[in-house]
Amino acid sequence: MLSTRDLVIDIPERADGVPLTLSVAPGQIWGVLGPNGAGKTTLLHTLAGLRAPRSGQVLLGGKPLPQLKRREVARQLGIVFQERQDGFPATVMETALIGRHPYLSPWQMERAEDLLQARQALERLDLGHLSERQVETLSGGERQRVALATALTQNPTVWLADEPTNHLDLHHQVAVMKLLAAQAADNRAVFLCLHDLNLAARWCTHLLLLYPDGQACWGTAQSQLVPEALEKLYDQPLMSAEINGTRVFVPAD
Amino acid sequence: MSGAESLAPGATLNPGVSVLRKFLPLLILAALSLLSMLLAVAIGSVPIPIMDVLAVVQGEGTPLHQTLIIELRAPRALAAFAVGGLLAVAGALMQILLRNPLADPYVLGVSGGAAVGALGAMLWGMGAAVISGSAFAGALLSTFLVFGLAHGSGSWTASRLLLTGVVVASGWGAVITLMLATGPAEKLPGMLYWLMGDLTYARSPWPAVIALVLICLLVVPLGRSLNVLARGPLQAAALGVSVKPLEWSIYVVASLLTAMAVTTAGSIGFVGLVVPHMLRLLLGNDQRLILPACALGGGILLTLADTLARIMIAPEQLPVGVITALLGVPTFLYLLYRSR
Repeated sequence: MLSTRDLVIDIPERADGVPLTLSVAPGQIWGVLGPNGAGKTTLLHTLAGLRAPRSGQVLLGGKPLPQLKRREVARQLGIVFQERQDGFPATVMETALIGRHPYLSPWQMERAEDLLQARQALERLDLGHLSERQVETLSGGERQRVALATALTQNPTVWLADEPTNHLDLHHQVAVMKLLAAQAADNRAVFLCLHDLNLAARWCTHLLLLYPDGQACWGTAQSQLVPEALEKLYDQPLMSAEINGTRVFVPAD
Repeated sequence: MSGAESLAPGATLNPGVSVLRKFLPLLILAALSLLSMLLAVAIGSVPIPIMDVLAVVQGEGTPLHQTLIIELRAPRALAAFAVGGLLAVAGALMQILLRNPLADPYVLGVSGGAAVGALGAMLWGMGAAVISGSAFAGALLSTFLVFGLAHGSGSWTASRLLLTGVVVASGWGAVITLMLATGPAEKLPGMLYWLMGDLTYARSPWPAVIALVLICLLVVPLGRSLNVLARGPLQAAALGVSVKPLEWSIYVVASLLTAMAVTTAGSIGFVGLVVPHMLRLLLGNDQRLILPACALGGGILLTLADTLARIMIAPEQLPVGVITALLGVPTFLYLLYRSR
């Protein structure tokens, strides 16, 4: 569904490293792990076609991204950004509704089903009671959920999310991971940047480890969750244990 | 609670009804526009009763009233309305483009270029037509200068455009001061009036009126893309908007509208900055509603302001820019205070 061919992301003054050739299939949840500055966000923006790669290709449904219109891309691929610019005041409902933009022609007003979809997305993220509030009056975690609700309203078949659990309390972190897992179970592809090893171990089917020098390795979550590799990745000793069949990692001294 | 009401299924499952309710403010503004035009042609050195105005509109009435309305007051009122509308729409567009609430049509140096053109023509002792043409040329020159300099090496951001525009504008400001300082004394009043905005010489309102109608037809289908762009360029691109072409179109269109307005009436400050904000405070931030509302609201403000400018110290006239500021400042501050 979403794949890359010899992709090298363009980070100034960094060697090419390992070109990425991978394929995210429907039903899979990919997690990108890496320290700060490893290029996780740049990779995500490149996959969304918002940045040109240094070399190689990103393919959506088998077609290279530059051959697709932005509007077509937006109907298939949704992205949740880490940084948001809430420049002008808007309500939560209005913000969720812009997710319908790729589906509406220039003269068209939002239809009843668009409003319904936005309302359902807000309910799904526990935001129904806030739908008339101004976004800038919300807390960081609530705004994060508004961004997710906007993507859910967009109804993409490929989800890209940049640290979607940022700012969220424990309950909502799990709720968001469950939402993304439900999207994957509904035959969509999910690709996220994460900082939390334990969320990655618990929910991701595949992992991509991204090193600051451009090196990378990827594969099934099972194959990548090797304590030695993760210690090298973060330059941080780890302790790990298994609880009910799930690996858990905690930092050691 | 309004939140609970809008969650009621009936309210939002009938989009037709809510669309009507949403665009009701436009109908009210259109009615107020007509009213302001009627006032503008009725009030003056010779007051004309409203019934007589209506008679002239129907092709009747005394010859004196016909001359006063059709040849003198109506063209000026139309010009005022169109210029106000153009400035307000240009301001709203610039604020979205630069994602900066302080942006106005003049911030990117368009009016500075126009002023240098107009004042230069005045210094050379040219007639009204040449002054207008020279102002328009100056505005376009400034637009392309800023466009070219901000584009520069290829990388481009809203803040780069803003900075380039502000610096170019202060360059024009210096040239204007130089012209005023060195120009002959008898030409200074005319030059100062032009700088503060003056509709006395606005002979033909039609170019500005046509531009205003065209821009209203253009921005309605673009409105939703502008809404998305207001959320930031990355988010807009992710939702299928071709950001760069849209941004450049906004820039060129807003500059052209400003050039048209400045050419017709000199540089009238304040309308482009304050009208969009006033309307946003009242109506929310959906560009499909705000941009046409700006066209009407800016028109109303400037028509009324120009009427006051004609009568306040009659038979002398005030520069209309003085009145827009005197009317606009307290209204805006009141709305801002109330919205907290």
